[in-house]
Amino acid sequence: MKGYNFAYLDEQTKRMIRRSLLKAVAIPGHQVPFGSREIPLPYGWGTGGIQVTASILGAGDVLKVIDQGADDTTNAVSIRRFFARTAGIATTTATADATVIQTRHRIPETPLREDQIIVYQVPQPEPLFRLESSRVETKRMHGLADYGSMHVKLYEDIARFGQISISYDYPVMVNDRYLMSPSPIPAFDNPKMDMMPALQLFGAGREKRIYAIPPWTRVTSLDFQDHPFRTINAPYPCGLCGATDSYLDEVVTDDTGGRLYVCSDTDYCSRRRGAAE
Amino acid sequence: MTPGFADPVADSQACFRTILDVMARPGHVRSVSGITAPAPLCDAAAAVLLTLLDHETPLWLDPEAEAARPWIAFHTGAPHGASFAMALSLPDLTRFPAGTDEMPETSATIIVQVASLTAGRAYRLEGPGLRQPAVVRIAGLPDDFASIWQRNHALFPRGIDLILCAGNTLTALPRSVSVTKA
Repeated sequence: MKGYNFAYLDEQTKRMIRRSLLKAVAIPGHQVPFGSREIPLPYGWGTGGIQVTASILGAGDVLKVIDQGADDTTNAVSIRRFFARTAGIATTTATADATVIQTRHRIPETPLREDQIIVYQVPQPEPLFRLESSRVETKRMHGLADYGSMHVKLYEDIARFGQISISYDYPVMVNDRYLMSPSPIPAFDNPKMDMMPALQLFGAGREKRIYAIPPWTRVTSLDFQDHPFRTINAPYPCGLCGATDSYLDEVVTDDTGGRLYVCSDTDYCSRRRGAAE
Repeated sequence: MTPGFADPVADSQACFRTILDVMARPGHVRSVSGITAPAPLCDAAAAVLLTLLDHETPLWLDPEAEAARPWIAFHTGAPHGASFAMALSLPDLTRFPAGTDEMPETSATIIVQVASLTAGRAYRLEGPGLRQPAVVRIAGLPDDFASIWQRNHALFPRGIDLILCAGNTLTALPRSVSVTKA
């Protein structure tokens, strides 16, 4: 695109982000600060993910962008068009064809491969922020691996509700060292992060933090021996493709209580329907 | 003075993805192209410097590599210091900042030029990025490298990250990986 550098960001900014990315990969789960730039998009729309994507993207990459699993929502469409225009790269909606996947709040159902990179958009990178509002204090807690307060929170959930009442952004331990926010993905997706063959990068634009999980890294969801981690999903097959193994969205179809449960991953769902026809 | 990357935007992106890949998969050996290094640096080391360094990244340069200083200064503008280091043989890691428990990212990244990444002493690597322990061969590291590295690895999350370069090939040893003699 005329008047812009390849992939929008200037080279100096990309180098700064690239250096932070390398540190993030070397310290799995640790939040590395970076100089978040202004992006022609409001905070909360994926400015962190966009900056990470812009810094890794090359002319030969094929980019897929999803928002809550869907390729066709406003956020996904505009970010895909943003990079098609500023980097002139190829885009796709097919998970298997993408080399870089930027995501808001889902991990695709199709298993990712070693030659792919997934970039998460992160609104709040600090998993302890509801328990401790001071950044100075949470930094110290991460430094000391002092995560007792998170276990107390989970215990209080069990004491009050009989179960751990976190259904998304469910905290994980990365490589048995850092407590990490997986971004607001459903807890259903947490097991996909564990020993994933693809490199996972996380960008939080407003909070100015980057973190990462290298491929084949242990990622465990916090739990207790007598209250093991479990995923939650609607107890129905997908209303469109019949899948019983994918995460479902609830769609209200009328004003008399009609409900339709469909795959949140639109690529997975349409591929299954295509295969069935 | 030899030029830097022919296409600075595309070449530094390609080199960065190679570095990212080897940092994420310790011990994997990848190659870089598109650069003629100034003596005594090898092509891979020169490419890494151009990709990661600028006026914000203080560099410690091995006195043995002094001849490359004008080239590095001209192409990157990196000031003196040690957030990065370029060495022709493994320096004393304890002389470089290892970061703090709260800010482990403030540690140094050391680029070390070695003789070979395909022949030489065998090391067993284990840690994040590796599905199962991998054996790599590196020529040109000190005899007691495995124990030097384990002392660095034991500092985790603090510690030094290494980028090893030989000819036009490179690999990386992030602090998270454990190295033993194979």
